[in-house]
Amino acid sequence: MDEVKLFGFWPSPFSRRVIWALKLKGVNYEYIEEDIPYNKSDLLLQYNPVHKKIPVLVHGGKPIAESLVILEYIDEVWPHNPLLPKDAYERSVARFWAKFIDEKTRTLWEFFQKSGEEQEKAIKNNFEILRTIEEYGLGDKKFFGGDRIGVADLVFGMVIHMLVPLEEVVGVKFIKADTFPRLHAWMKNFSEQPTIKDNVPDHSKVVDFLKTIDFWIGP
Amino acid sequence: MEEENKVTLHGTWRSPYAKRVELALKLKAIPFEYVEEDLNNKSPLLLKYNPVYKKVPVLVHNGKPIAESLCIIEYIDETWKNSPQLLPEDRYKRAKVRFWTSFIHQQLYETMLTAMKAAGEAQEKAIKELWEKLQVLEEGMKDIFLNGTPSIISNGSMGILEIVMCSLLGPYKLQEEVLGIKIIDPEKTPLIFSWLEAINELPLVKETAPPSEKTIALLKFVRENALKSSSA
Repeated sequence: MDEVKLFGFWPSPFSRRVIWALKLKGVNYEYIEEDIPYNKSDLLLQYNPVHKKIPVLVHGGKPIAESLVILEYIDEVWPHNPLLPKDAYERSVARFWAKFIDEKTRTLWEFFQKSGEEQEKAIKNNFEILRTIEEYGLGDKKFFGGDRIGVADLVFGMVIHMLVPLEEVVGVKFIKADTFPRLHAWMKNFSEQPTIKDNVPDHSKVVDFLKTIDFWIGP
Repeated sequence: MEEENKVTLHGTWRSPYAKRVELALKLKAIPFEYVEEDLNNKSPLLLKYNPVYKKVPVLVHNGKPIAESLCIIEYIDETWKNSPQLLPEDRYKRAKVRFWTSFIHQQLYETMLTAMKAAGEAQEKAIKELWEKLQVLEEGMKDIFLNGTPSIISNGSMGILEIVMCSLLGPYKLQEEVLGIKIIDPEKTPLIFSWLEAINELPLVKETAPPSEKTIALLKFVRENALKSSSA
């Protein structure tokens, strides 16, 4: 059968980007909420023995792990509402940014985990990362994908449902109209897209979650 | 015009990432101009083409630059459709190959680099981790290839996985010499062992490998440099 299952964890940006991709393409799927990290299901461990992590997409019984790999697969199997451009050069640029943002948004967490001088350093680092993303990645485009949402947008999307709550817990704000005008506009455009708007975890739920976790849910 | 269809690779013989792109271009017999970059004195062109990372490799095609070796290889495979195909046609197989490419690229590379740059307990830990990850890859090979036999052995074809393996572990004997430990044990990881043997036998791989002494000197330099700065 060609049924689609997604193993995820509700606050995780990595499964969230897959949910968005499936929803944007109108793909029917069964969602399995995993109890991360202390009670992972046997099925998850069977489907992703290498990393034992979510997200895992299972299509017709065949598992795929690693969110960026999953996004490419989804785009190939369900090509309507494409997440990647047709032109090979444009695709390479989109992939570059998806990878860069994926890599750098992992370090965006550090200010949350650290304190004192190390936290200050992490905060400064975040400003630099966001500057690079704004200037070279987004530029004057509405979305990273141009006029439409693309893979890099789904990856950067963590800022609306994870960075904002992290900021609230720590008491610092990165993306403001005066600090990062283009990223600020992007956040508004991205979060107002109906599919995204209807599929974002509740902000206060995430804040509560962040205040209580005793484990690292980042990468 | 001059720019049309022109392919230029900015790299350095020291970079395994640049090596990957060189292999991909040569496998597809794509004519290209090679620019050896001095990483201590990067050319203005490189900085213009890769302002985000300021690193090699950068591929320039029709005047347009692409950075990040894996992005470049996918671009090459999509643009020059002649054989060999570097990624499989089948979508699911392609996803599997991308998964394992990512595993080798991130997990194995990082651990190898740590082992190369550390000493004492830190190094022991890194080496142990490297062996564990190699075991994971050994198991993975049974999932990637039919009977665990890489296609390079069954039909001589080299793809993105072989490219990434070659750039990381092709020179494993030299790495073993510098580290003084065994990395690839034919008894512990027989599939990986024969995979690397087959890769290293390819004329293209032999031709493009720098002389052993040069590689050893580089590995020793990287190691000594790292040890010096960590104890400073």
